[in-house]
Amino acid sequence: MSKEMSPIVKNVACVLAIPIIIFGLYIILHGHLTPGGGFPGGAIMASLVALFLIAFGTGWAKKINKGILSWGESIGLALFGLLAFLGLGTSFFNNFLANSNSLFGMSIPFGPNQGFLWTGGTIPLMNIAVGLEVFAALSIIIPIMFSSDESSKEGKK
Amino acid sequence: MEKRIKVSVLLLLCAFLLMAGMFLHEEGNPDETEMDDYFIENGQVETGSNNIVAAIVFDYRGLDTLGEASVLFAAAIGVLIVLGATKNE
Repeated sequence: MSKEMSPIVKNVACVLAIPIIIFGLYIILHGHLTPGGGFPGGAIMASLVALFLIAFGTGWAKKINKGILSWGESIGLALFGLLAFLGLGTSFFNNFLANSNSLFGMSIPFGPNQGFLWTGGTIPLMNIAVGLEVFAALSIIIPIMFSSDESSKEGKK
Repeated sequence: MEKRIKVSVLLLLCAFLLMAGMFLHEEGNPDETEMDDYFIENGQVETGSNNIVAAIVFDYRGLDTLGEASVLFAAAIGVLIVLGATKNE
Protein backbone atom coordinates (compact mmCIF):
# COMPACT_ATOMS: atom_id res chain seq x y z
CA MET A 1 0.00 0.00 0.00
CA SER A 2 1.44 3.31 -1.02
CA LYS A 3 1.87 5.89 1.69
CA GLU A 4 0.00 9.14 1.96
CA MET A 5 1.83 12.21 0.81
CA SER A 6 2.56 15.28 2.91
CA PRO A 7 -0.28 17.45 4.28
CA ILE A 8 0.65 20.17 1.79
CA VAL A 9 -0.08 17.87 -1.17
CA LYS A 10 -3.27 16.62 0.46
CA ASN A 11 -4.56 20.12 1.13
CA VAL A 12 -3.69 21.30 -2.38
CA ALA A 13 -5.50 18.25 -3.81
CA CYS A 14 -8.59 19.14 -1.77
CA VAL A 15 -8.44 22.76 -2.94
CA LEU A 16 -7.99 21.67 -6.58
CA ALA A 17 -11.03 19.38 -6.33
CA ILE A 18 -13.50 22.24 -6.76
CA PRO A 19 -11.95 23.79 -9.92
CA ILE A 20 -11.48 20.36 -11.50
CA ILE A 21 -15.14 19.42 -10.94
CA ILE A 22 -16.35 22.80 -12.19
CA PHE A 23 -14.12 22.65 -15.28
CA GLY A 24 -15.28 19.10 -16.07
CA LEU A 25 -18.93 20.08 -15.72
CA TYR A 26 -18.31 23.14 -17.91
CA ILE A 27 -16.71 21.00 -20.63
CA ILE A 28 -19.63 18.56 -20.49
CA LEU A 29 -22.43 21.15 -20.43
CA HIS A 30 -20.88 23.29 -23.19
CA GLY A 31 -20.13 20.26 -25.37
CA HIS A 32 -22.41 21.52 -28.15
CA LEU A 33 -20.89 25.02 -28.16
CA THR A 34 -17.15 24.68 -27.56
CA PRO A 35 -14.61 21.94 -28.26
CA GLY A 36 -15.04 19.16 -25.72
CA GLY A 37 -18.05 17.09 -24.81
CA GLY A 38 -18.91 14.12 -22.69
CA PHE A 39 -15.75 12.09 -23.17
CA PRO A 40 -13.14 14.76 -22.32
CA GLY A 41 -15.30 16.24 -19.57
CA GLY A 42 -15.77 12.88 -17.88
CA ALA A 43 -12.05 12.18 -18.20
CA ILE A 44 -11.23 15.55 -16.59
CA MET A 45 -13.54 14.78 -13.67
CA ALA A 46 -12.02 11.30 -13.34
CA SER A 47 -8.53 12.85 -13.20
CA LEU A 48 -9.59 14.11 -9.77
CA VAL A 49 -9.79 10.46 -8.64
CA ALA A 50 -6.23 9.87 -9.88
CA LEU A 51 -5.03 13.01 -8.08
CA PHE A 52 -6.66 11.88 -4.82
CA LEU A 53 -5.17 8.39 -5.20
CA ILE A 54 -1.68 9.88 -5.48
CA ALA A 55 -2.21 12.30 -2.62
CA PHE A 56 -4.04 10.03 -0.15
CA GLY A 57 -2.51 6.65 -1.04
CA THR A 58 -4.18 3.37 -1.91
CA GLY A 59 -6.04 3.24 1.39
CA TRP A 60 -8.30 5.96 0.07
CA ALA A 61 -9.35 3.71 -2.85
CA LYS A 62 -11.18 1.37 -0.47
CA LYS A 63 -13.50 4.20 0.57
CA ILE A 64 -14.81 4.59 -3.00
CA ASN A 65 -18.31 3.18 -3.28
CA LYS A 66 -18.13 1.05 -6.42
CA GLY A 67 -21.87 0.24 -6.28
CA ILE A 68 -22.88 3.84 -6.91
CA LEU A 69 -20.26 4.19 -9.66
CA SER A 70 -21.47 1.05 -11.45
CA TRP A 71 -25.00 2.41 -11.23
CA GLY A 72 -23.84 5.74 -12.67
CA GLU A 73 -22.06 3.96 -15.50
CA SER A 74 -25.10 1.84 -16.33
CA ILE A 75 -27.52 4.76 -16.08
CA GLY A 76 -25.32 6.87 -18.36
CA LEU A 77 -25.14 4.25 -21.09
CA ALA A 78 -28.85 3.39 -20.74
CA LEU A 79 -29.83 7.07 -20.98
CA PHE A 80 -27.67 7.43 -24.10
CA GLY A 81 -29.32 4.41 -25.73
CA LEU A 82 -32.79 5.55 -24.66
CA LEU A 83 -32.30 9.00 -26.21
CA ALA A 84 -31.18 7.27 -29.41
CA PHE A 85 -34.28 5.06 -29.42
CA LEU A 86 -36.63 8.00 -28.71
CA GLY A 87 -35.75 9.43 -32.11
CA LEU A 88 -36.89 6.23 -33.78
CA GLY A 89 -40.02 7.98 -35.12
CA THR A 90 -37.77 9.19 -37.95
CA SER A 91 -34.58 7.20 -37.58
CA PHE A 92 -32.17 5.85 -34.99
CA PHE A 93 -30.27 8.76 -33.36
CA ASN A 94 -32.65 11.30 -34.87
CA ASN A 95 -32.34 14.64 -33.07
CA PHE A 96 -36.05 15.01 -32.26
CA LEU A 97 -35.57 17.88 -29.78
CA ALA A 98 -33.64 20.25 -32.05
CA ASN A 99 -35.53 23.39 -33.19
CA SER A 100 -38.65 22.15 -31.33
CA ASN A 101 -38.76 25.03 -28.76
CA SER A 102 -38.95 22.47 -25.96
CA LEU A 103 -36.03 21.03 -23.98
CA PHE A 104 -32.76 22.43 -25.46
CA GLY A 105 -34.84 23.27 -28.54
CA MET A 106 -33.96 26.89 -29.31
CA SER A 107 -33.29 27.32 -33.01
CA ILE A 108 -30.34 29.42 -34.18
CA PRO A 109 -29.63 30.95 -37.59
CA PHE A 110 -26.66 30.00 -39.74
CA GLY A 111 -23.44 31.78 -38.98
CA PRO A 112 -21.42 32.92 -35.97
CA ASN A 113 -23.19 33.69 -32.70
CA GLN A 114 -22.20 34.12 -29.08
CA GLY A 115 -23.31 30.60 -28.16
CA PHE A 116 -26.66 29.81 -26.54
CA LEU A 117 -26.76 27.03 -23.96
CA TRP A 118 -30.41 26.19 -24.67
CA THR A 119 -29.72 24.75 -28.13
CA GLY A 120 -28.67 21.45 -29.58
CA GLY A 121 -31.65 19.18 -28.93
CA THR A 122 -30.53 15.76 -27.75
CA ILE A 123 -26.81 16.61 -28.10
CA PRO A 124 -26.41 18.24 -24.63
CA LEU A 125 -28.47 15.47 -23.01
CA MET A 126 -26.30 12.82 -24.68
CA ASN A 127 -23.19 14.74 -23.60
CA ILE A 128 -24.41 14.61 -19.99
CA ALA A 129 -25.18 10.88 -20.28
CA VAL A 130 -21.79 10.08 -21.83
CA GLY A 131 -20.01 12.32 -19.32
CA LEU A 132 -21.64 10.46 -16.42
CA GLU A 133 -20.71 7.13 -17.98
CA VAL A 134 -17.08 8.07 -18.70
CA PHE A 135 -16.60 9.59 -15.24
CA ALA A 136 -18.01 6.51 -13.51
CA ALA A 137 -16.14 4.02 -15.73
CA LEU A 138 -12.75 5.74 -15.31
CA SER A 139 -13.37 6.18 -11.57
CA ILE A 140 -13.82 2.40 -11.37
CA ILE A 141 -10.87 1.54 -13.63
CA ILE A 142 -8.22 3.92 -12.19
CA PRO A 143 -8.35 2.86 -8.47
CA ILE A 144 -8.52 -0.86 -9.30
CA MET A 145 -5.53 -0.73 -11.65
CA PHE A 146 -3.62 1.51 -9.22
CA SER A 147 -4.16 -0.75 -6.20
CA SER A 148 -3.66 -4.02 -8.10
CA ASP A 149 -0.28 -2.70 -9.30
CA GLU A 150 0.66 -1.98 -5.68
CA SER A 151 -0.43 -5.45 -4.51
CA SER A 152 1.52 -7.19 -7.30
CA LYS A 153 4.65 -5.27 -6.27
CA GLU A 154 4.15 -6.41 -2.66
CA GLY A 155 3.77 -10.01 -3.81
CA LYS A 156 7.14 -9.97 -5.58
CA LYS A 157 8.93 -8.77 -2.47
CA MET B 1 21.99 -13.89 -37.71
CA GLU B 2 19.06 -12.97 -35.51
CA LYS B 3 20.24 -9.38 -35.38
CA ARG B 4 20.39 -9.23 -39.16
CA ILE B 5 16.77 -10.41 -39.41
CA LYS B 6 15.70 -7.81 -36.91
CA VAL B 7 17.53 -5.01 -38.74
CA SER B 8 16.16 -6.08 -42.12
CA VAL B 9 12.61 -6.21 -40.75
CA LEU B 10 13.10 -2.75 -39.27
CA LEU B 11 14.44 -1.41 -42.59
CA LEU B 12 11.52 -3.01 -44.44
CA LEU B 13 9.04 -1.37 -42.08
CA CYS B 14 10.80 1.99 -42.46
CA ALA B 15 10.71 1.69 -46.26
CA PHE B 16 7.02 0.74 -46.13
CA LEU B 17 6.17 3.72 -43.91
CA LEU B 18 8.20 6.09 -46.11
CA MET B 19 6.40 4.81 -49.22
CA ALA B 20 3.05 5.14 -47.48
CA GLY B 21 3.93 8.68 -46.46
CA MET B 22 4.99 9.61 -49.98
CA PHE B 23 1.75 8.35 -51.53
CA LEU B 24 -0.41 10.01 -48.86
CA HIS B 25 -3.43 11.90 -50.12
CA GLU B 26 -2.93 15.64 -50.27
CA GLU B 27 -4.09 17.19 -47.04
CA GLY B 28 -7.05 19.58 -47.04
CA ASN B 29 -8.02 18.74 -50.60
CA PRO B 30 -10.50 15.83 -50.58
CA ASP B 31 -11.81 14.33 -53.81
CA GLU B 32 -15.43 14.10 -52.63
CA THR B 33 -16.55 17.21 -50.73
CA GLU B 34 -20.33 16.73 -50.87
CA MET B 35 -20.72 15.40 -47.35
CA ASP B 36 -18.33 17.95 -45.81
CA ASP B 37 -20.15 20.80 -47.52
CA TYR B 38 -23.51 19.45 -46.34
CA PHE B 39 -22.35 19.30 -42.71
CA ILE B 40 -20.81 22.76 -42.84
CA GLU B 41 -23.84 24.38 -44.48
CA ASN B 42 -26.74 22.59 -42.75
CA GLY B 43 -25.30 21.11 -39.56
CA GLN B 44 -25.68 24.21 -37.43
CA VAL B 45 -29.26 24.93 -38.48
CA GLU B 46 -30.45 21.31 -38.40
CA THR B 47 -29.07 20.38 -34.98
CA GLY B 48 -28.93 23.83 -33.38
CA SER B 49 -25.41 23.05 -32.20
CA ASN B 50 -22.58 25.50 -32.83
CA ASN B 51 -20.01 22.73 -32.53
CA ILE B 52 -20.20 20.79 -35.80
CA VAL B 53 -17.95 18.07 -34.37
CA ALA B 54 -20.46 17.47 -31.57
CA ALA B 55 -23.29 17.51 -34.12
CA ILE B 56 -21.58 14.80 -36.16
CA VAL B 57 -20.45 12.71 -33.19
CA PHE B 58 -23.76 12.73 -31.31
CA ASP B 59 -26.27 13.13 -34.11
CA TYR B 60 -25.25 12.22 -37.66
CA ARG B 61 -22.81 9.48 -36.60
CA GLY B 62 -24.37 8.65 -33.23
CA LEU B 63 -24.08 4.91 -33.73
CA ASP B 64 -20.27 5.19 -33.63
CA THR B 65 -20.46 6.99 -30.31
CA LEU B 66 -22.81 4.32 -28.95
CA GLY B 67 -20.17 1.72 -29.82
CA GLU B 68 -17.46 3.87 -28.26
CA ALA B 69 -19.43 4.21 -25.02
CA SER B 70 -20.10 0.46 -25.01
CA VAL B 71 -16.37 -0.21 -25.38
CA LEU B 72 -15.65 1.84 -22.27
CA PHE B 73 -18.49 0.06 -20.42
CA ALA B 74 -17.04 -3.32 -21.42
CA ALA B 75 -13.54 -2.18 -20.40
CA ALA B 76 -14.77 -1.24 -16.92
CA ILE B 77 -16.53 -4.60 -16.58
CA GLY B 78 -13.41 -6.43 -17.76
CA VAL B 79 -11.15 -4.59 -15.31
CA LEU B 80 -13.62 -5.33 -12.50
CA ILE B 81 -13.67 -9.03 -13.38
CA VAL B 82 -9.92 -9.49 -13.91
CA LEU B 83 -8.41 -7.22 -11.27
CA GLY B 84 -11.32 -6.47 -8.91
CA ALA B 85 -11.04 -9.77 -7.02
CA THR B 86 -7.41 -9.21 -5.98
CA LYS B 87 -8.39 -6.01 -4.19
CA ASN B 88 -11.03 -7.10 -1.68
CA GLU B 89 -9.23 -9.96 -0.04
